[in-house]
Amino acid sequence: MALLEVSNLGIAFGGLQAVAQLDLKIEKGHLYGLIGPNGAGKTTVFNMLTGVYKPTEGNIVLDGRDITGATPETISKAGIARTFQNIRLFNDMTVLDNVKVGLHNQVKYNMWTGILRLPAYREKEHEMDRRAMKLLKIFDLDKEANYKASQLPYGKQRKLEIARALATNPKLLLLDEPAAGMNPNETEELMQTVRSVRDQFGIAVLLIEHDMNFVMGICEEITVLDYGRVIAHGDGKTIRNNPKVIAAYLGGD
Amino acid sequence: MQFLSYLINGISLGSVYALIALGYTMVYGIAKMLNFAHGDVIMIGSYVIFFAFSTFGMNPILSVILAMIVCTILGVTIERLAYRPLREAPSLAVLITAIGVSYLLQQVAQLLWSSNPKNFKSVVSLSPVTLFDGQLIISAETIVTIAVCIIIMIALTAFINHTSTGHAMLAVSEDRGAAQLMGINVNATISLTFAIGSALAAVAGALMCSSYPTLMPTTGSMPGIKAFVAAVFGGIGSIPGAFLGGILLGIIENLSKAYISTQLSDAIVFLVLIVVLIVKPTGLLGKKVNVKV
Repeated sequence: MALLEVSNLGIAFGGLQAVAQLDLKIEKGHLYGLIGPNGAGKTTVFNMLTGVYKPTEGNIVLDGRDITGATPETISKAGIARTFQNIRLFNDMTVLDNVKVGLHNQVKYNMWTGILRLPAYREKEHEMDRRAMKLLKIFDLDKEANYKASQLPYGKQRKLEIARALATNPKLLLLDEPAAGMNPNETEELMQTVRSVRDQFGIAVLLIEHDMNFVMGICEEITVLDYGRVIAHGDGKTIRNNPKVIAAYLGGD
Repeated sequence: MQFLSYLINGISLGSVYALIALGYTMVYGIAKMLNFAHGDVIMIGSYVIFFAFSTFGMNPILSVILAMIVCTILGVTIERLAYRPLREAPSLAVLITAIGVSYLLQQVAQLLWSSNPKNFKSVVSLSPVTLFDGQLIISAETIVTIAVCIIIMIALTAFINHTSTGHAMLAVSEDRGAAQLMGINVNATISLTFAIGSALAAVAGALMCSSYPTLMPTTGSMPGIKAFVAAVFGGIGSIPGAFLGGILLGIIENLSKAYISTQLSDAIVFLVLIVVLIVKPTGLLGKKVNVKV
């Protein structure tokens, strides 16, 4: 059974059918791409998968558990984490604290031990710091741990968002345009990072991206959306030669 | 010596404002709403103490704890019933609801306990402190108020900065949606904020009525408004700002009562607010608000 099984998923905003009859199957440890022209409904799919929008039809099953219409925090606990198209870090908090917010549900301790700073708190806090620093190190952010998130350069903010998402211990990571605004060197580096994240954490990644080199470079399987419907599905080569995909991107009929 | 006495009393009054302002500022920071019923929660808390302590002769500290429990339940219930259904509504709708809740609490108090003022017996039974050969007498209420305010401030700051629940509150205040997607239960976090704010309101009520012992259904409204001013003055959303704003406001109010005019003291308080907002629109410790594009 696949890690994520989406069947017949759809959502309508008033009379507008933004996404319809979407089927997705993502295996453990796979790198999966979701592409399509602007306004095709890609981010809407992410919003349904993470519980921000409630689908009007269809089912989402993660690891055998039906999470259709569940709240974002339930879905986060169930194992889906995401990043955002426009970076949404906690800007006034430090880089380290951003990751620790992601660890929120992983390390638990009693409130009073925190206020009174009892030994149990220090121990838990050390564990959290250790885990957070380990994540930061993977993304080469450990030197900036005590900077405010807003002080980081753009590329590093994108990385921090991925680190924060990974802190929630997901089974599936959703990346919404991770390479947006990056130069070719940064994009190249990001590709390696995404691959190594998959290898180290053994998780599946579903990403939305407009940079075709990026998508073709790392995705093992790609689904193409246009006007909220799947128009093609397959590996990079199949997609590239699909006349419907070419038409959707370049216009024509 | 006179000046010192006015100053200390001002700090004490300011400590009460600071405790109330904390409730305003935390709720604003985390739920992004102005809870104008906050002042009336103080009034309810004070009535609880009045009946428990003066009428039924309960231990003063236990009465305050009882009031904290009652106010916590009240605050969380108000949030659950009146504000949560409006979470996605325009902020004006929430503001008007809050004003409605404020009047509701006042009217209910009037129905239950009439509008005749009650004489609140101080919960502090220590004797005043005399300094400089009797030239400076500081009441025990004043000292207890300042001490309690400082202790609460330190504990609250520790809670926010050093617990994962506190971090969750900070995260929700910055970006509710992103926080939720990190697995933070936003509704629970907002409820907790109301619980803390309301418990502090009960403490503020006990301290305020011990120093100014007239208790009636409208007792909470003026301190509520002034504490709101204090929160804006210090920079709404900022916890140190609420503390600083409250203390400064108390000092300004007391000194202008002493040296300028008793009747004009409130006007002076609001004048200072206007001047501060002209010079620094975000308040003393407020941050620039980034509008999301």
